[in-house]
Amino acid sequence: MLRFLLLFSRQGKLRLQKWFTPLSDREKKKVIRDMMMLVLPRLPRTCNFLHWKDLKIVYKRYASLYFCAGLEDQDNELLALEVLHRYVELLDKYFGNVCELDIIFNFEKAYFILDEFLMGGEILETSRFAVGVSMEEADTLQETMEEYMSKPAY
Amino acid sequence: MPAVSKGDGMRGLAVFISDIRNCKSKEAEVKRINKELANIRSKFKGDKALDGYSKKKYVCKLLFIFLLGHDIDFGHMEAVNLLSSNKYTEKQIGYLFISVLVNSNSDLIRLINNAIRNDLASRNPTFMNLALHCIANVGSREMAEAFVSDIPRILVAGETMDSVKQSAALCLLRLNRTSPDLVPMGEWTARVVHLLNDQHLGVVTAATSLITTLAQKSPEDFKTSVVLAVARLSRIVTSAAIDLQDYTYYFVAAPWLSVKLLRLLQCYPPPEDAALRSRLTECLETILNKVQEPPKSKKVQHSNAKNAVLFEAIALIIHHDSEPNLLVRACNQLGQFLQHRETNLRYLALESMCLLASSEFSHEAVKTHIETVINALKTERDVSVRQRAVDLLYAMCDRSNSKQIVAEMLSYLETADYSIREEIVLKVAILAEKYAVDYTWYVDTILNLIRIAGDYVSEEVWYRVIQIVINRDDVQGYAAKTVFEALQAPACHENLVKVGGYILGEFGNLIAGDPRSSPLVQFNLLHSKFHLCSVPTRALLLSAYIKFINLFPEVKGTIQDVLRSDSQLRNADVELQQRAVEYLRLSCIASTDILATVLEEMPPFPERESSILAKLKKKKGSSKLPDLDDVRRSVNGSTDHAENTEATETSVSNTVLAFSLYRTEPTGIITLPCDDDFRFVCKNNGVIYENQLLQIGLKSEYRQNLGRMYVFYGNKTSTQFLSFSSAVTSSDILKTHILQTVDPMIEGGAQVQQILNIECLSDFSDAPVLSIQFRYGGTLQNIAVKLPVMLNKFFQPTEMTSQDFFQRWKQLGAPRQEVQKIFKAQHQMDSDVAKAKLLGFGVALLDGVDPNPANFVGAGIVHSKTTQVGCLLRLEPNTQAQMYRLTLRTSKDSVSQRLCELLSDQF
Repeated sequence: MLRFLLLFSRQGKLRLQKWFTPLSDREKKKVIRDMMMLVLPRLPRTCNFLHWKDLKIVYKRYASLYFCAGLEDQDNELLALEVLHRYVELLDKYFGNVCELDIIFNFEKAYFILDEFLMGGEILETSRFAVGVSMEEADTLQETMEEYMSKPAY
Repeated sequence: MPAVSKGDGMRGLAVFISDIRNCKSKEAEVKRINKELANIRSKFKGDKALDGYSKKKYVCKLLFIFLLGHDIDFGHMEAVNLLSSNKYTEKQIGYLFISVLVNSNSDLIRLINNAIRNDLASRNPTFMNLALHCIANVGSREMAEAFVSDIPRILVAGETMDSVKQSAALCLLRLNRTSPDLVPMGEWTARVVHLLNDQHLGVVTAATSLITTLAQKSPEDFKTSVVLAVARLSRIVTSAAIDLQDYTYYFVAAPWLSVKLLRLLQCYPPPEDAALRSRLTECLETILNKVQEPPKSKKVQHSNAKNAVLFEAIALIIHHDSEPNLLVRACNQLGQFLQHRETNLRYLALESMCLLASSEFSHEAVKTHIETVINALKTERDVSVRQRAVDLLYAMCDRSNSKQIVAEMLSYLETADYSIREEIVLKVAILAEKYAVDYTWYVDTILNLIRIAGDYVSEEVWYRVIQIVINRDDVQGYAAKTVFEALQAPACHENLVKVGGYILGEFGNLIAGDPRSSPLVQFNLLHSKFHLCSVPTRALLLSAYIKFINLFPEVKGTIQDVLRSDSQLRNADVELQQRAVEYLRLSCIASTDILATVLEEMPPFPERESSILAKLKKKKGSSKLPDLDDVRRSVNGSTDHAENTEATETSVSNTVLAFSLYRTEPTGIITLPCDDDFRFVCKNNGVIYENQLLQIGLKSEYRQNLGRMYVFYGNKTSTQFLSFSSAVTSSDILKTHILQTVDPMIEGGAQVQQILNIECLSDFSDAPVLSIQFRYGGTLQNIAVKLPVMLNKFFQPTEMTSQDFFQRWKQLGAPRQEVQKIFKAQHQMDSDVAKAKLLGFGVALLDGVDPNPANFVGAGIVHSKTTQVGCLLRLEPNTQAQMYRLTLRTSKDSVSQRLCELLSDQF
């Protein structure tokens, strides 16, 4: 089971945080700080796995973003690496060649896509096809462009 | 503003995010956020009712601000309102806000739960999924209480959509993790197991996760899942024909499901059914074979997914630990990975091999890779890989390779990363102790550790070396010589000074014969380090000096001069000053005899778990370490350890105890008398244990096979004992239990009573053990005492005539029924005392039976629940030779034997 998933930039800006077990704000801040301190200084082509306290840390860098997951002791590191990859693929599919800005400006979508894919830290749906379908469905439920344009912007 | 490809998002939100990104400073950002918060607050408070879209937009902005790290104290109500919107995106944002910012405000929780309940009942799968996600994300106890009965129903209902089933399974899993007591097991368990047969692989994957977690807690209830899991796994792994469509990931068939199934099987032992077992073995072999096949894709995703399944299969093979063939194949495969160009695979191979090393079938196979692992330690660029190599070396270490491995670890330590030095130090210390054949090697290794990585040598490590040196007299001379030499170095670590001070103080006399290490030389060497050391070390050195005065009277004057100097007698540190004053006085006024008693060599330490091992376990969590239980057995020491050396003079008792602080661990003192307390064979009342803190007294009474014991705990100090608890361990044949627990706090000077009931089922020789634990001051005290419950306590005296006695005596004439012992009298041979003892032993004394009036004859019956054993005895004193002859005849030879042992020690 995943305990948490963090997305942060090379500059140490947190872009997405998902916690699968309840933690206090203080604990969360500590985890975030520790992860950045552990992961950011690592050289390219080193291994993607670390031990941190009683957790296994699996991380991978995609362009300017680090994807970093905390796993429980009996979890499979290689497969967690593919969980991260599958998430990137889903973001890619949705945004079309996703970049950091997409995630900044559509952070809520990044959370929704994650929710389609993981639940309670376990894999919910591994089929890219099935996840895609439910995101499409959600979008058709969204207002039409016209409806949107008629709303006043702030 | 960048073009947003999809989602026709909220323009106001995008503008706001853009503004924040354009802020040049933190202050500007805060200013912009405060402006926005004020705006949102006024919108929410305004008279005009907001439409759904605006509400959604503002809630989303608040969420963004929160995720930037700012506090949000309003907007929760608006988010809850969004939950009941009919528009999916509004509902979705509402749920997202709640999930991220949930507040324990109970009014809100009630409203949220209402919204969730409506969505769960809506039969709209998208809405149901949102609601289930919210429950899983929040996972609070209130939510669990509200929905825990609905979710299993949704999960197993026939009409539920597949995607909802998946969510329901994982939602239930999440609730089971946070509030396991609330999740009912019931008729649905069987139906959940059957989800493993579901058509939809997504449903099977989610259900497997759920079942694995539930099976870990109650394996019996989910035993049937093994058959289904093997069948499912076999279909995925072995039949190439099945098209898994989108569940094939980079040419690997359903890797997530395969791994989950292999994980589920790790909750159970190998299947007993032969057919099932061979089917599983076939799966595992196929997985091992597939790794050797040429890859179907060059993409790393392909090899990762394939190897993920492989590593999980190896984990299952290790878990079963029953198929030598598979274990060795797994080991060979991992051996290949050790030299793979992918760093990840090298890392995982090292990690998995640690587990293989603890299996008897593969331990030898793992050892063949030692050179590769040592090489990894030297050449890997990545510290996390090197750390796994250290772990593996530790796991594969045994008597045959310990010298090599310890040497390699020591040499790695010189260049090791600071972050892992302490752990390596602990590991080296443990291995050196565990595999020490000759302890000179052990002493050398630890001193090397201190030399190379003194800062990382924790107290536990140097305490331990001193414990071992004190307990083993064959190494004391060597240790003294070695520390003496090590201290010659111009700069040596303070830890070395501590070990050196302690060891020379105890055993400096063993090397004093050599003029190069004469007492004065030793003293000057130690004292040359004194001024560079911290206060605790100086205190230890002062104690070493007073020990020197006792060992070597010729340096007494020199040391007294040092103690007398102003820098000692008037030291600003109270502890140092007190030691100097008291030691100086002690050396002046005490006679040699008193000095020799007070400053006697430390007695051996009691055996206990190595404190280093405990520390390493704490550092690493408990799971990964191979069991190094026998560490305890490798140190020789006496079994009984009295309290710390007690001082004969009260004025020094403080400092002597303070000195002992350097050797006792903070966990307190464990006292375990190893022999029966023969004082209590013939009496039932008295004090059975006493130390400076606590007195334990007891009164006991016995009738037939039952006994009752009143135990009194007296607090001898003026301070409270806290967390006081007591427990009794006894064998099955002597049932002992505590009637009522004692109050956890015992006031200073107070005495409390506890009652024990005892029942004897059959004859026995092991007495029950009473263990007591309490906190005094800061330290936890552990005391274990054998309770004086012996077989003779269950005696019932029997009067009989001389004729009856001799008739029975003849009946019990079989060779093993009689036990006889001739022994020397330990006490004065007084007829009245002997009589009293025999009566206390429990038999009836028969007058006029034995022709010689000096002899004693007795009879009684030992009662136990199952049998009653008649017993006759004869005790013949010989005052001239100061000897006794004791003869016992009973119908059961073990009883004769035991009674004879007990009674013969009394005279």
